[in-house]
Amino acid sequence: MNIEWLSRQFDNIVFLLGWHVLLAVTPLVLGLLIALPLGWWAHRSRRIYPLLVGIAGLLYTVPSLALFVLLPLVLGTKILDPLNIVGALTIYTVALLVRVVADALDSVPEDTVQAAKAMGYRAYQSLLKVELPVGVPVISAGLRVAAVSNVSLVSVAALLGIPQLGSLFTQGFQLRFFTPIIAGIILCVVLAMILDGLIILLNRWLTPWTPKVVAS
Amino acid sequence: MIKFENVTKAYPDGTVAVDGLYLEAPTGKLTILVGPSGCGKTTSLRMINRLIEPTSGTIYLDDQPTSGMDAALLRRRIGYVIQHAGLFPHRTIVDNVATMPVLLGESRQKARMTALELMERVGLPANFAKRYPWQLSGGQQQRVGVARALASDPAFMLMDEPFSAVDPVVRAQLQDEFLRLQREIGKTIIMVTHDIDEALKLGDQVAVMRVGGKLAQMATPSELLTSPADAFVADFVGRDRGYRSLGFTNVAGTVAVSEEAVVQLGASAAEAQARASGAWVLVVDGGRKPLGWAQPELIGGELKREHLNLSGTSATSTGTMRQLLDAALSSPSRRGVVVNDSGELIGTVTASDIVKAIEAEPHLETAR
Repeated sequence: MNIEWLSRQFDNIVFLLGWHVLLAVTPLVLGLLIALPLGWWAHRSRRIYPLLVGIAGLLYTVPSLALFVLLPLVLGTKILDPLNIVGALTIYTVALLVRVVADALDSVPEDTVQAAKAMGYRAYQSLLKVELPVGVPVISAGLRVAAVSNVSLVSVAALLGIPQLGSLFTQGFQLRFFTPIIAGIILCVVLAMILDGLIILLNRWLTPWTPKVVAS
Repeated sequence: MIKFENVTKAYPDGTVAVDGLYLEAPTGKLTILVGPSGCGKTTSLRMINRLIEPTSGTIYLDDQPTSGMDAALLRRRIGYVIQHAGLFPHRTIVDNVATMPVLLGESRQKARMTALELMERVGLPANFAKRYPWQLSGGQQQRVGVARALASDPAFMLMDEPFSAVDPVVRAQLQDEFLRLQREIGKTIIMVTHDIDEALKLGDQVAVMRVGGKLAQMATPSELLTSPADAFVADFVGRDRGYRSLGFTNVAGTVAVSEEAVVQLGASAAEAQARASGAWVLVVDGGRKPLGWAQPELIGGELKREHLNLSGTSATSTGTMRQLLDAALSSPSRRGVVVNDSGELIGTVTASDIVKAIEAEPHLETAR
């Protein structure tokens, strides 16, 4: 490790880290927002479920690099536009979370849903006040997978020259210099762990009602 | 009043769950729907608050047809209790109970006050308020379910096998408490159960349904036992219905109670021997409450607790013929212990006295 290089590059590394966070977290939030109604739809209809979950699984198998290159053709953006990364990762997040949201809603006990209905909750009230809150533990488990997956997928965008921690890898390979590679790996891992931890905390805050013996 | 008028539920595959049902559940009374599985009792119940829509026919709530009402608003007028309580796992007990008032637009604070009162009413300690459902036993959850259904003080209540998911001891306790509560609040209730004993114990009137969704008989519990409409009802009501119908016959004054000589703990063997009639003597405490029977010839020295035989039950003088007969049959001396409402001894009766009283009055007045 070349400490001197690191301190010289400090500002640049922080800049790359900032971009990395932005490029990983934005799709996570957008993906969740899109997956919520889709997952609800899949949960409601036994015929839609296999269709949506099937399409989602298929989307997830498209290689990320291919998607980064293809998206500009669809979105009409420039190849170097960070929006492509946001778009691609949003697709992956949705692909992961559609099934998660549907399964989260399925996990709500039938008795609970029936009681809500019988007490006079309208369908939207039951969804917002009973089913989604009770489904939070399942959704946050899925969100943790998506967050970590996004952090690692973002680095692929370095091959297109979009700045984020992955740029440290390309830089290191080109210079045959290991310090930036190691720094990039450590920062990626730490970032993934922090995001994971934040989702765990958020889940705990939203679900004070779960038995306290949760394995995390 | 809840009224079914020619109500039918048929499914597209041709299954008829409920077939031309006429039924009236009078205001302030507990009506029970009972029958074997597949008789359409739960379907009938769930058509009242339109969790299931009838295929044809009309259900009236106080003479208003439910079909024209907004389903959600209709449901908010009716308390609903289900088998596994169906509590909201993410809400505290007090907020579970406060659900209906909040839904009806009351402030959260006021709704919680109401909820706390109701928790007390169904026998839940106030320190349960901040707990979550998973921290409660099945019986406690069921009480929360009942409190939640009552929180908005609805005129009607629907109960779907409310006590069947708990063990028999807790079930009996919940049933007794519920009967006491219903005597105070007098709601118009329809309850579904598959347990005929529960139906006979709780119901003001019982509707027996048969497979195919037809009403077999609607009657009071004692009528069901003494005059079942047909072989199906007779069979469903059960074998020992002659004995069980005694459970609806008042004792009050029909059987002569004999005086019984008693001793207290600490008495000598000789004293016990002198008071005993036959091989057994009845032992009471200082307040004349019966403790058990003892055999004087087995007492060495003085009479102690370990000499007591506790197998006998006791009947109250205001209770039912069934309790009285059971007291006589279970007593080791064959003399049944009769007590007053505060548990003090009145005297004893023998099974033959009781049978004589039953034979003398074949149409004993029924308890309800």
